Amino acid sequence: MQTLTQRLANPARFMELSARLLPWISGAAGILLVSGLYLAFFASPADYQQGETVRIMYIHVPCAWLSMMVYGLIALSSFGLLVFRHPLADVSAKAAAPLGAAFTFLALLTGSLWGKPMWGTYWVWDARLTSVLILFFLYLGLMALRSALEDESAAAKLTAILALVGVTILPIIKFSVDWWNTLHQPSTDFTSTVDPSMRLPLLVMAVAFTLLFFAMHLKAMRNEILRRRVKALRTQAVAGRDRLAAQAANHGAAE
Amino acid sequence: MDLGPHAAFIWISYAAVTVTITGLILWLIADGRKQAADLEALERQGVKRRSAAPGVR
Repeated sequence: MQTLTQRLANPARFMELSARLLPWISGAAGILLVSGLYLAFFASPADYQQGETVRIMYIHVPCAWLSMMVYGLIALSSFGLLVFRHPLADVSAKAAAPLGAAFTFLALLTGSLWGKPMWGTYWVWDARLTSVLILFFLYLGLMALRSALEDESAAAKLTAILALVGVTILPIIKFSVDWWNTLHQPSTDFTSTVDPSMRLPLLVMAVAFTLLFFAMHLKAMRNEILRRRVKALRTQAVAGRDRLAAQAANHGAAE
Repeated sequence: MDLGPHAAFIWISYAAVTVTITGLILWLIADGRKQAADLEALERQGVKRRSAAPGVR
């Protein structure tokens, strides 16, 4: 019996399935996002210490969560490419990189904008902030390495190796607030560190952002598959023209 | 809605997230349309994938 990943190994089947899933995931993300924004602004209180700035948490935490989850997905896809040679693994890794970079950038930016009124500074070189900045540079490195190499197959393998080496940053980010003294608060624990009145909006926004990412990732994968088809067809067309030209030249020489 | 003395920080954060995510979505839609148009143009010229099933994009 075929597993789901084996069934999805066929790009045509993936295109068919993703076309059906995309509107549902996008719709669910949209509904949850609107609900989450309503809860964040109108149905949750200001924090007793941070005041209204706590509302930045409802976008900062989902972006920070996605910055790590997306890198985890890229590492998993890279493993799938290098070990199982899954045909869609590289498509997934390539499609996820710019999205992960965008969410990491947003986590850094919103964290900085939250930090200024709370800590009195936009930036400190402490372990959590610095390790997330390294993650952002890793994303940029993955994209730069891929676009620097013309041979797509070699680019895919080298990018996958870099992604797997870079995965070491994830536990460093996660535990940086426990291992070192930092200005950053400890990790958000949904069950104990967040007041129930703020837990629901945060949870809804986190699920909304995650679904939004998956919708964008599916769309980006579909685009990448189409791009590869276009490239293959162009190569096929050029090869066909060259063959015809060679035949015409041989025919002319024979006469 | 009164967001207190730090309202600007809150609004800028939400604006940055909105602009970035909207930008990503628009880029994905435009890129998808471009790839689909390129593929269609090639198929109109008679270049066809050997494995293409009818109606499958």
